Amino acid sequence: MGHTDSLEALSVNVAKRTFDAVIVGAGGAGLRAALQLSEAGLKTAVLTKVFPTRSHTVAAQGGVAASLGNSTEDHWHWHMYDTVKGSDWLGDQDSIEFMVRKANEVVIELEHYGMPFDRTDAGKIYQRPFGGHSMNYGKAPVMRSCAAADRTGHAMLHALYQRNVRAHTQFFVEWMALDLIRDAAGNVLGVTALELETGEVSIFHAKATVFATGGAGRIFYSSTNAFTNTGDGLGMAARAGIPLEDMEFWQFHPTGVAGAGVLITEGVRGEGGILRNSGGERFMERYAPNLKDLASRDVVSRSMVTEINEGRGCGPHKDHLLLDITHLSPEVIMKRLPGIREISIRFAGVDPIKAPIPVVPTAHYQMGGIPTNFHGQVIVPKDGNLRTPVPGFYAAGECGCASVHGANRLGTNSLLDLLVFGKSAGESVVADFKSGDLSLKPLPADAAEFSLARLARLESQQEGYAVADTRLAMQRVMQKHAGVFRFNDLLKEGVAAILKVAEAAKSTIINDKSRVWNTARQDALELDNQIEVAKATMISAEARKESRGAHVRDDAPDTPEHPNGRDDQNWLKHTLWYSADNHLEYKPVQLKPMSDDVEPIALAKRTY
Amino acid sequence: MAVERGRVRWQCRRSMLELDLVLERFLATEFDALSEEQLADFEDLLRCDDYDLWAMVNGSKPCEVERWQETIARLRQC
Repeated sequence: MGHTDSLEALSVNVAKRTFDAVIVGAGGAGLRAALQLSEAGLKTAVLTKVFPTRSHTVAAQGGVAASLGNSTEDHWHWHMYDTVKGSDWLGDQDSIEFMVRKANEVVIELEHYGMPFDRTDAGKIYQRPFGGHSMNYGKAPVMRSCAAADRTGHAMLHALYQRNVRAHTQFFVEWMALDLIRDAAGNVLGVTALELETGEVSIFHAKATVFATGGAGRIFYSSTNAFTNTGDGLGMAARAGIPLEDMEFWQFHPTGVAGAGVLITEGVRGEGGILRNSGGERFMERYAPNLKDLASRDVVSRSMVTEINEGRGCGPHKDHLLLDITHLSPEVIMKRLPGIREISIRFAGVDPIKAPIPVVPTAHYQMGGIPTNFHGQVIVPKDGNLRTPVPGFYAAGECGCASVHGANRLGTNSLLDLLVFGKSAGESVVADFKSGDLSLKPLPADAAEFSLARLARLESQQEGYAVADTRLAMQRVMQKHAGVFRFNDLLKEGVAAILKVAEAAKSTIINDKSRVWNTARQDALELDNQIEVAKATMISAEARKESRGAHVRDDAPDTPEHPNGRDDQNWLKHTLWYSADNHLEYKPVQLKPMSDDVEPIALAKRTY
Repeated sequence: MAVERGRVRWQCRRSMLELDLVLERFLATEFDALSEEQLADFEDLLRCDDYDLWAMVNGSKPCEVERWQETIARLRQC
């Protein structure tokens, strides 16, 4: 099939499909939102690049937080306090109150959908402790995490998928959304999307569009994320003029396998694993004398990077550290950590029974995203109102920013986020639909032109840069200039470097010009999205001249005036990055809770 | 009808990084040389749930489906 002919055919005849709602992404948030819509009788389409049960939600092991109080006493006030403190006070307290109060409801619902939670002897959902979650405002650890063995995300996704099948949600599997469609007034009217099997572009015209495309951790060289996490929703939103919020905040997991990124669970340190530097020293004793290797993720990650920066890294390039479990008996390793042994042998070439595992802090979770309120409505500054909903546009899960995680996320709050805000976005669509606020607005004549031009550019490009090389250049720049520890000079150089890579990304070339199942073209289209996220991250990070949560600058150290380097006077505010000209705006943090049932959590130093 | 190689290649996008990495190596080293029959077996294997597939690749669970066994053995070397 000649590609020129097919392109002409595309531009004159783009198929159009019409729905009440189109959801992009079929991970936890997308499926939870879809369920709300389908059960309300709305004609709902879910677009997904991969089969729903291959979404990255599957990889979430830890659990989902809810103050059920089944295993220890608990209260949503305490969960709220922990989340605000964990966020280093950058989280919006109205959204956080909403999330923690909805937690029990969404977990019980999931139980009714058939989710196989672990049980107490009395038959209730068993709950286990998790880092950062406490009772009585930080006094003691609490058991708040509801889990299904070590595959909570997997069980959750399967339960939600089955329920959607029952509700007749219409799935478009192996379709990639390309661009958001907006009219001149800024209303969102749907998306353009590419069917991988045919290579054809269609318009999905809808009254409501929900983005649930997950995170973009693959912008970093070292990432725990699956390949599919390319931030497609963020890229589409940014190109369509929607700002991205708080993109400087990325959580790094301390123990990714060096070179591969595969996660080694905190449980290994729980079983007695010890981090060592090139001298064999248990260096965490110096940084966290009490908790040592079990200190919180950001503390351990920063300590590791300090060791590397001061020349005590391991290996020929002194670029990683060692996670040592050789002192544990082989029986314990085989019995309690069999998966870890397999991962280490396969991805590091090391049998941890005999030698320590090379590890490095690895990008894991994106706290920022598409700005929303706790209703899941996408909000932007407009006509003096900093939180104006964009008609017809909603977002939930890791791609959205409600903002509940602020500058740092607590473990088990991510699965909670996608359940609560997936449902809430769905409820908002249904409410707006019933009230008549949502209507099928006419499509502009050029609704698909931008997407078609992107594809035409890829087809005609004869000289330029290979996609894989450009992606690697981006990942190396992000790793070096916007990693765990940030330095003023490196950030400034990083902005110039990432803009240069972004320029190169405008002339990527693909050798395979075929239409059907063209994975090279997929990679190129995904890179366009990743580049938007990378620019947002670097530019937002360079501008924020304080340390807060996961954003830690060398030139904003811990002082009596600015504990932990945090500067509430100047920086207690959300960043908004705009793609068109890379400019930044800011908006205040919602320090007031949603209701009068709880006092605001007052600013304090974040210590554990 | 011949199995569409591009379609099978896309099925190698999985939910977890462990599988992405193993399958990436397989695609780079073995995939192009697969016969039509081997390709069909590989595609059939890729219909597995990710946790089951990973368990077979890492050896914690035996592969009991005969037509998958050759591919699993190759994946275990990747």
